[in-house]
Amino acid sequence: MMATCQETSPQRPVDLLRFATAGSVDDGKSTLIGRLLYDAKAIFADQLAAVEATSRSRGDDYTNLALLTDGLRAEREQGITIDVAYRYFATPQRKFIVADTPGHVQYTRNMVTGASTADLALILLDARKGVLEQSRRHAFLCSLLRVPHMVLCVNKMDLVDYSQEVFDRVVGDFSAFVAELDVPSLVMIPISALHGDNLVDQSGNMPWYEGPTLLHHLEHVAVASDHNLVDVRFPVQCVIRPQSTSASDYRGYAGQIASGILKAGDEVMVLPSGFTTTIKRIEAGGSEVPEAYPPMSVTIHLTDEIDVGRGDMICRPDGAPIVAHNIEAMICWMDEYRPLKVGARYAIKHTTRSVRAVASDLRYCLNVNTLHRDASAIQLSLNEIGRVRLRTAAPLLADEYRCNRTTGGFIVIDEGTNRTVGAGMIIGLS
Amino acid sequence: MSRMLYRVSHLDALEAESVFILREVAAEFERPVLLFSGGKDSIVMLKLAEKAFTPARIPFPVMHVDTGHNFPEVLACRDRRVRELNVRLIVASVQDAIDAEMVREPADGMRNRIQTPVLLDAIGKHRFDALFGGARRDEEKARAKERVFSFRDDFGQWDPRNQRPELWALYNARIDPGESIRVFPLSNWTELDVWHYIAREHIELPSIYFAHDRKVVERDGMLYAINDFLPIRGGETPFVERVRYRTVGDASCTATVRSDADSITKVIDEVAATRITERGATRGDDRVSEASMEDRKREGYF
Repeated sequence: MMATCQETSPQRPVDLLRFATAGSVDDGKSTLIGRLLYDAKAIFADQLAAVEATSRSRGDDYTNLALLTDGLRAEREQGITIDVAYRYFATPQRKFIVADTPGHVQYTRNMVTGASTADLALILLDARKGVLEQSRRHAFLCSLLRVPHMVLCVNKMDLVDYSQEVFDRVVGDFSAFVAELDVPSLVMIPISALHGDNLVDQSGNMPWYEGPTLLHHLEHVAVASDHNLVDVRFPVQCVIRPQSTSASDYRGYAGQIASGILKAGDEVMVLPSGFTTTIKRIEAGGSEVPEAYPPMSVTIHLTDEIDVGRGDMICRPDGAPIVAHNIEAMICWMDEYRPLKVGARYAIKHTTRSVRAVASDLRYCLNVNTLHRDASAIQLSLNEIGRVRLRTAAPLLADEYRCNRTTGGFIVIDEGTNRTVGAGMIIGLS
Repeated sequence: MSRMLYRVSHLDALEAESVFILREVAAEFERPVLLFSGGKDSIVMLKLAEKAFTPARIPFPVMHVDTGHNFPEVLACRDRRVRELNVRLIVASVQDAIDAEMVREPADGMRNRIQTPVLLDAIGKHRFDALFGGARRDEEKARAKERVFSFRDDFGQWDPRNQRPELWALYNARIDPGESIRVFPLSNWTELDVWHYIAREHIELPSIYFAHDRKVVERDGMLYAINDFLPIRGGETPFVERVRYRTVGDASCTATVRSDADSITKVIDEVAATRITERGATRGDDRVSEASMEDRKREGYF
């Protein structure tokens, strides 16, 4: 049967928001996610039946919605979230990808995995307990990863009589901590996940709150504007060169636009060679397109035949990234076996480029709760974050992470074990 | 400059992400292969591979782990796509493995589980280092936990408690000989996204995805079509029903659903309104235990 359908249902969402949730099970995170999924009709009858049956057989007094996202046997047995679970729902406005991340400190690396691709971080806390060490750590990690938007949900407002005073106190404490971080957009919402206050509908129990409901905020927060449309960055993934006589002169450079807008006729520079040329044509999926912008995956044709390969970067002659051998970065260490040590060698993957590097200096190790910098630290162990200087064997074509999440982030790989052992965010280049 | 002009639709964003993943693998691995069954997800994945490398030929072969329990319409669709794209098709045959006594036919006749040793054998024989699968995270709770690049040791095993951290779009492709990476370019797609994409791209599917009349029996609350691999059991009375397949797997354990959806538009409306997941509605093999998918994946299943 042939697909013969023009435009499809009017229910089709228009764009995509990726958000990560953080908070412990006791804060009501699973209830909140369960509630959002339920209201968006994204929990299916057979999933709910399976969860109900498991809850019953375990002797829970209520249907444990955490079982919806805790998909691994070990998670169910221990009642904790170990790794990120991805969930999907859509409203007529948007499609949502939820990275439900673990709260426990020993799984910080998995939380970082979930937050690295998020447009928005949703941090949940219990109104009765206020700002805990864990809330501070989550807020810090989200600011370190520069998740563009942060939402603080003060949950269980029903258990504090929907008191504005309690909300204001919690919000004041959280704001004081966040003021020391770099958080571009913060919205704080008093909710009750259990009763649905301020999730989808405005709560009648808190007339003093005049801000948006959670869902309204998620549906309307502007994420397209987070893309950097000024600095052109196109890391080349591979060269498309058909091995056939009919297209023997075809030579296209494939990749995904990291930032900026490209169109035919634009003058561009290729790094690290520094050659300049113009864009002849841009294709997406085999068809010519007038312009390319993030996050499009395209194939670019250049006017001049110059040597371009994987790991090279196409940019504009003005406003190019820095070609650097020495990198200053905040590194979140993620390996339980071997700590980061000064003098050790690693592999680095940055955009489409892989290079070897040596850790030439550990400036300090950061205490995430107090933000105190320990300059006497001699290594970074699992889940520790520190400022590290690296010297690379080949140059990186990079920007500071605060200017560009794609060209400012890298992973560290242990060449002995092949494991991903660190996540780096560039703060300086030379 | 209006920023509104530079927004992409959610389908375009998903497509761009999948194309990026396909190109990363082609650039970083020596011997990738794309698992292709002729089902809707693998058809969409193959379409994305075509787009990623056009006008060049897809730079890796496709492989079908063939249980021998096939729907003829699906095999025909598989072979047509392979011809159109001029890609090499490798068939790893479960029947051959049974004949060679490498695996044993299960007593219940369901060959889903014995696909795993056949798959692992083919990986070893062809020395594949990266295998694309069409699995989606919305399908099942163990899959919801899996990385886009999912590391497998030299026994093909998945260790869900010890997954590599996966940050941004920086996928770690490093492995030792004998190890491999399962790659899931459709990780972030939902069943509905797949159907919207099939509609938008005018992708041809096997006809059994659309409503038709078929002789079925009711078993364990699901409707199974009677065929050579699924004979009538004592006490069952077959009847004709208007049905379609929501998933296409082994013909001995894939159930149909009652449906009048005979066009893509109607299927999309039906999928949007359904209250049951596609695997819950159609897969006998997932009903064994609460963690049956996790257990099979640990053994090397997709």
